[in-house]
Amino acid sequence: MLERTNEGNKRETAAVLIGLALLVALPFLADAIGKGFYVTLFTRILILGLAAVSLDLILGYGGMVSFGHAAFVGIGAYVVGILSWHVFDGSPLMTWPVVIEGTENGFVVWPLAALMGALFALAIGAISLRTTGISFIMITLAFAQMLFYLAIGLRTYGGEDGIALYNKSGLGSSIDLFDKTTFYYVCLAILVVFVWLCRRLTRSRFGMVVRGARINERRMRALGFSPYRHKLTAFVISGAGAGLSGALLANAAEFVGPAYMSWQRSGELIVMVVLGGMGTLFGPVVGAAAFLLLEEGLADLTEHWQIVLGPVLLFVVVFARRGIWGWIAGPAREDR
Amino acid sequence: MLETRDLYKRFGGLVATNHVSLSIEAGELHAIIGPNGAGKTTLIAQLAGELRPDGGAVLFDGRDVTALPVQHRAAAGLARSFQITSVFPPFTALANVALAVQAHAGHSFRFWRDAARDGRLTGPARQALDLVGLGPRADVPAELLSHGERRQLEIAMALATGPRMLLLDEPMAGMGPAEGAGMVELLRKLKGHYTILLVEHDMDAVFALADWITVLVNGAVIATGTPDEIRSDPEVRRAYLGEETV
Repeated sequence: MLERTNEGNKRETAAVLIGLALLVALPFLADAIGKGFYVTLFTRILILGLAAVSLDLILGYGGMVSFGHAAFVGIGAYVVGILSWHVFDGSPLMTWPVVIEGTENGFVVWPLAALMGALFALAIGAISLRTTGISFIMITLAFAQMLFYLAIGLRTYGGEDGIALYNKSGLGSSIDLFDKTTFYYVCLAILVVFVWLCRRLTRSRFGMVVRGARINERRMRALGFSPYRHKLTAFVISGAGAGLSGALLANAAEFVGPAYMSWQRSGELIVMVVLGGMGTLFGPVVGAAAFLLLEEGLADLTEHWQIVLGPVLLFVVVFARRGIWGWIAGPAREDR
Repeated sequence: MLETRDLYKRFGGLVATNHVSLSIEAGELHAIIGPNGAGKTTLIAQLAGELRPDGGAVLFDGRDVTALPVQHRAAAGLARSFQITSVFPPFTALANVALAVQAHAGHSFRFWRDAARDGRLTGPARQALDLVGLGPRADVPAELLSHGERRQLEIAMALATGPRMLLLDEPMAGMGPAEGAGMVELLRKLKGHYTILLVEHDMDAVFALADWITVLVNGAVIATGTPDEIRSDPEVRRAYLGEETV
């Protein structure tokens, strides 16, 4: 049996625990220094971190460079937005064959957002995964653009202007998402569970097939595997995670719009994964934090803050294969 | 066990496989020799299912598998090793072989349990590693193994898929004399337990191991027979073995 007691893994475990402790303590720290808006900022970091982790599952472990991942985030957001709009409007979403009313119940809407993300990922992945390399990047981009323009075309739901939410999703009377600290902890809990699930997944038999296919798909076939189904399944799981993050994003911003699906957003997610460390699962969360903190810190100085981001990203790509997480957690054994 | 009928493959103007008919009996070690460019690897690729022949048929166990893709032939028990070492470099030797066991065990939609702690995978994987002599190196990432060890790992992976027949494409390629001798020993151990098709440049190894030898020149079979028959075949000597001391 492979033991996980080597030094690299100990260091990674320590890094994860310290990081988690910091995230748990953050609302108190922000309160102590009187900068409450950090809670809101870090809520966004957790939500986009969730989307980035879901992308890492297919990009880092499966070698599938999806350049349309923001589409799944947008779909999740629109599930929340559209159902909320119908509550406000009082009209049903559909009347045939069954009557479906709008709802703001988080226990209904959030799983539905994940489910819709998964369904769209199934359709898009089934076609895209017949290609690899640049073709795959371009096809996923094309699908995302289609959904982007479809969202713009949704006149009922604000078209280009999107939907302003009048209410956040409800999670019963004891959890009030309007309380920003509560919402922060809900997002943190979801992220922790999702990362944990992905961690199990990447080490399972299923995960080994997906990872093997990234390294050498031809060899996998020679061994008797048909990796297409495994890659598609990973793509669907990834779509579900992104859809869920979209639902959270809609609640954080109290707004849903086509911009969530733009190709720039997809690109930003890739940047977060690469910056934080591909194939590390924890790295993309750090990447999301680095990205949003850089944006926050530099946007005051110049609107062209990406002039700084560019060289930073270049530096990370050239000097750290496992991104920022590689520096923090050390060169952990990739076979694990 | 494995049979080809009138197999034909051309790349543009080059005929890579020219009406090759082979018959490999169960349990025998059948070697294919021939000078560089004779079409040996092209032939193996067609047997494994990576290349579609332009004409003729491949029969495995009496069943026509000509149209069957690689993964299905592998699942049917036709395992191959690659001339260019083709392992998963970041994975440990054990994980490499465990993946091959998993391919054979056929349960890959398991999402929860840690594959590296799954005795049903690592148990047979360790056995295969021990058999090829890599047991002590099980926990070393494949990228840190020596060239010879990686060739052994290739064989272990082929064995772990639970094959009924092995297609070995130059298992001794790039090996030093000591490593080569180890590989000959290993093949001798496997011989009789598996039906083996061996493509190899090392004549000493081929003549020491093979029950039956087929000589391929320019894509065509020019002779086939026992090692003694091949050694004394005047056409083989002229066409191919001329400069070799056999």
